[in-house]
Amino acid sequence: MRVAASKDCLREANVAEPLLQVENLSKRFGGIVASDNITLSVNKSELHAIIGPNGAGKTTLISQLTGELTPNAGRVHFAGEDITAMPPWRRSLQGLARSFQITSVFHDLTVLDNVALAVQAHAGHSFQFWKNSRKDPSIREPARAALAHVGLTGREDTVVSRMSHGEHRQLEIAMALATKPRMLLLDEPMAGMGPDESARLVKLLKELKNEYTILLIEHDMEAVFALADRISVLVYGRVIASGLPDDIRKDAEVRRAYLGDEKRHV
Amino acid sequence: MVLFIEQCLNGLQFGLLLFLLAAGLTLVFGIMDLVNLAHGSLYMLGAYFAATFAALTGSFVLGAVLALVATLVVGMAVEVIAIRRLYGRDHLDHVLGTFGLILFFNELVRLVWGPAGRTLPLPDWLSTSVQIFPGVYYPTYRFTIIFVALAVALALYFVVMRTRIGMLVRAGASNREMIGALGINIKLLYTFVFGAGAALAGLAGLMQTPILTASIGMGENILIVAFVVIIIGGIGSIRGAFVASIFVGLVDTVGRAFLPTLLKLFLTPAAASAAGAALSSMLIYLLMAIILIVRPEGLFPAANR
Amino acid sequence: MTSHVTLRNIVVAALLIMLALMPLYGAWIGNNFVLILFTRIVILAIAAVSLNLIMGYGGMVSFGHAAYLGIGGYVVGILAYEGVPSGFVQWPVALIVSGLFALLIGALSLRTRGVYFIMITLAFAQMLYYVAVSLSRYGADDGLTIYRRSQFAGLVNLSDKVVFYYLCLALLLLVILFVWRVVNSRFGMVIRGAKSNERRMRAIGFPTFRYRLACFTISGVICGLAGALLANHTEFVSPADMHWTRSGDLIIMVVLGGMGSLFGPVIGAVAFLLLEEGLSRLTEYWQIIFGPLLLAIVLYARGGIEGLLAGGKRG
Repeated sequence: MRVAASKDCLREANVAEPLLQVENLSKRFGGIVASDNITLSVNKSELHAIIGPNGAGKTTLISQLTGELTPNAGRVHFAGEDITAMPPWRRSLQGLARSFQITSVFHDLTVLDNVALAVQAHAGHSFQFWKNSRKDPSIREPARAALAHVGLTGREDTVVSRMSHGEHRQLEIAMALATKPRMLLLDEPMAGMGPDESARLVKLLKELKNEYTILLIEHDMEAVFALADRISVLVYGRVIASGLPDDIRKDAEVRRAYLGDEKRHV
Repeated sequence: MVLFIEQCLNGLQFGLLLFLLAAGLTLVFGIMDLVNLAHGSLYMLGAYFAATFAALTGSFVLGAVLALVATLVVGMAVEVIAIRRLYGRDHLDHVLGTFGLILFFNELVRLVWGPAGRTLPLPDWLSTSVQIFPGVYYPTYRFTIIFVALAVALALYFVVMRTRIGMLVRAGASNREMIGALGINIKLLYTFVFGAGAALAGLAGLMQTPILTASIGMGENILIVAFVVIIIGGIGSIRGAFVASIFVGLVDTVGRAFLPTLLKLFLTPAAASAAGAALSSMLIYLLMAIILIVRPEGLFPAANR
Repeated sequence: MTSHVTLRNIVVAALLIMLALMPLYGAWIGNNFVLILFTRIVILAIAAVSLNLIMGYGGMVSFGHAAYLGIGGYVVGILAYEGVPSGFVQWPVALIVSGLFALLIGALSLRTRGVYFIMITLAFAQMLYYVAVSLSRYGADDGLTIYRRSQFAGLVNLSDKVVFYYLCLALLLLVILFVWRVVNSRFGMVIRGAKSNERRMRAIGFPTFRYRLACFTISGVICGLAGALLANHTEFVSPADMHWTRSGDLIIMVVLGGMGSLFGPVIGAVAFLLLEEGLSRLTEYWQIIFGPLLLAIVLYARGGIEGLLAGGKRG
């Protein structure tokens, strides 16, 4: 892994211990190495973008960060705690929220129900059998707020299966926000979006940047360079470069491996 | 000690019959992603056909061959008429639909053959015994079952590992495109695979008949044991099915034979028989439970399931 | 505001009224048989409601639910046999024992899903069936006769068929009320979310296993209650009550009525048992008709009766 030229900038950045620290993460599937000794970190309040061609292992990386896959080697630290063996639900309770690349919501429920579930997960235990949870303001209100944040106000009672793709992507983020996270792992939030929708989402992410630490996986280069504080480039499961956007843009190996065949959308 | 060897051989024989059943189930599940509860009905039909054809032709072997062919034909007919409409649906739909088929077949058999069941007597040349050790004899017929089942297992291994069709079995149901790309007619393939599974079930059924007789509902009892085998071995894995069926066959047979005796060491004779009877029937399920705790995917899970 | 006067609601209302008035009808035609049949229907409806909780709302297809019918029944039968006729003891014990078995079986089975889960629940139920067969003290294969129904110190006389019927009906309505509250509660939303997308549930922070296990256990307890009622009704309990085909019947009832709806299982129980009764009068070989009919329902009317009432949409 090569660190880009301006190391001074890294020193200047907020390097009290990074919020997310990934060390030597490796994952093989039979003969295929999906993650090859990945080391990276995300500092508090920064937006760290991960870019790379299809098949680079971005989704495998995120799956290991969220706990759905167990790495063969390496460690993941979040807020100083070693979460490598922690199951996904516990990581969420620790404050690590994720959105899915392929929309993964509750299709037979309404938009508000979807986000309300995310709120409910972080509102104590759910061994309550009698009271109607749809009438519980302590759940419904934060849910409405999260929806407002992403711009889905007015769509609360729509059944999810009837929404557009762009709205699904917004819902994904709303659900992540509703869990009051410390950090967001966004897996290609702009996947399949048209230019208008993408622009709106970039605007939203710019706002979210101020409140949350974000690890963003994206193909949309315009969005990445507009948003990222730091960029890491993943090719064939390895981080081939990591640093400030300008440095990455100029990096020869990165251009050869990836930016040379730059695609704006998947 | 003699009894122990005999029971081990019986366990092996039972296990191999289980394998024939489990292999058929696994094939159909692996290629068509279909849970077929009516597999036991085909087992039953194999038995009834064999009893009838052997009586009609006077020859055990001819009866067996005809029964096998008949089960194959019925299996393919069932696939074309009913089963193929279930592909791609929820597993619950498969369970319910094939449950309906079970009811149908049990009743059909009762209508055609009556409620009493059928026997299949062995010809003289199979009713002998073979001496395996000095003074220790084992029925020829049971050896035949072991031999035939092993031969089929070997043939299955060959087909699965060395042929194009076998490659499809190993690749799994998700690869419809690959199947198409190989220029194979999917509909025909599915019908054939289902028929093959039916034939395996029928073979197991007819081989069992001289020992246990053909009776209505015989398929379901052993089907559930076949499910236990698949759970232990790993769904979609024929190798797993083989190992697990031998294991289950041995545990069940040897367990039933010796558990009451073992318990008599600790309990009173009365308590030992009572507990022995209960525990023996639970053994394979306890085994399944242990596997579920230790390794829920089974011993040899097929990779992509 | 959508109208509440839908075809489906009319049918449900009519059904409830019919159930409420059944003893009067029985008295009017002077025939006990109708009351006996409908008592059985109401009891099995309770079992179907319990199965629908985990199947329709939770997506857990248990092919071994008849086991809890059997367990509830055997607890009543065994306690009666051993000289404990008090319902105040029998019924709570039946509920607790059913719950414990459901907890155990669920803890093992819920580590799997889909086809595996179906097969494992089937296997465990079969195991309990064989255990029941081996209980020679309690009749083994032949079953156990219950000479005295559960005694409630004079509060309720279960031997009075009408009283017993209304007790069962009241319990059915209570169970439905309970299920109604549960599926809309926090707990119910977790269960429904887990059915819809378990991966997402875990991603947002729910330890889904414990909730599904709790749901499975509750379902087992309710079914155990049905078992205790059934044992009182038939005054007899045998391994046949736990046979896997009985589990299949319960699944048919739930699907036939319409999965994932409050009254679907009741509709399904009524429809299935009446169909069974009617067809078996037509011919001794009624399952030759019923088998393919079931397949047809699966293929063409998957939403069940509720689905048909709602205009042919899938349930």
